[in-house]
Amino acid sequence: MSDVDLHSENTGLAHQFENLEQQQESDTLGIWLFLVTEIMFFGGVFAAYAIYRWLYFAAFEGGSHILDIRLGAANTIVLLGSSLTMALSVRSAQTGNRRALVFFLIATMILGGVFLGVKAYEYNQKFVEHIVPSLDWAPEGEVLARLAPGGLQHAQLYFFFYFAMTGLHAIHMVIGMGLLLWLVLRARKGGFTPHYFAPVEVVGLYWHFVDIVWIFLFPLLYLIGGRY
Amino acid sequence: MSHQIVPQKSYLLVFLCLIGLTLLTTGVAFLNLGPLNTPVALVIAFTKMFLVIYFFMHVRQSSGLVRVTLVAAFFWFALLIAFTMSDYHTRSWTPAPDSWSTTAPATHP
Repeated sequence: MSDVDLHSENTGLAHQFENLEQQQESDTLGIWLFLVTEIMFFGGVFAAYAIYRWLYFAAFEGGSHILDIRLGAANTIVLLGSSLTMALSVRSAQTGNRRALVFFLIATMILGGVFLGVKAYEYNQKFVEHIVPSLDWAPEGEVLARLAPGGLQHAQLYFFFYFAMTGLHAIHMVIGMGLLLWLVLRARKGGFTPHYFAPVEVVGLYWHFVDIVWIFLFPLLYLIGGRY
Repeated sequence: MSHQIVPQKSYLLVFLCLIGLTLLTTGVAFLNLGPLNTPVALVIAFTKMFLVIYFFMHVRQSSGLVRVTLVAAFFWFALLIAFTMSDYHTRSWTPAPDSWSTTAPATHP
């Protein structure tokens, strides 16, 4: 089969590429380059976190202890589950199983929605406990006793990091859910074939990246609380 | 990027490993390992990241070009952390001279 045939058979091969293999390589490299910029983007926040955690460790430990470790662990498992369904979506696209593709894409969206729901509940808890930096910062009772040893100003800094890092992550999740919806609509109309499924693969790589960010946020925010 | 199709079983196995590591890291947070708590949590996180990148993100099957791109990203991130932290850690080693003190009177006319 010559390249000319591939172009004319409407396999999704764009005219600037020699063949499907070269096109796939370009698509994959492109999204990876984007993810490299995302690593540096989140990297800056992680570096800032590393500095202040080192400077004010007691305050960060106290702040971490207030977070609900069970909700954090449960949400980690939910998000890992969504990565599994995303991987299976790509696999369904590869095998040309349209029904399975739509099913797994919707399952990924539902798991992403569950994650964001739990996150919203956790954010609300912070308002209930008055530990939202700047907006509602007036810890009292047990929470105050937990935060006081490290210094309240520094504990507030911990919660700035908590909201900034999880918020940035949540925004990425919302964007990912939008992309998944677009994939579902396209997949239902039969927009993907075993020859052409680059959008599924590309969105999948993005989704897995967002999962990896959470894999690091979970221990760094929830597990440093000195709960022993 | 996707010449062979990976069996469903493999993805499930990777997922189960990830769940196991999540439970492990959560459990370890309740043990007092002294200064080792954070390093252990990070080692587990890096292992999980490797599993996701290598299997879910198909780096196992991807070209050398993609792998080099990924390694470059981690190299720059390592530089970012290493140089930033080496700055902050060493600032106290050489105290600023007295003449740099902020309490010195302004010399502007």
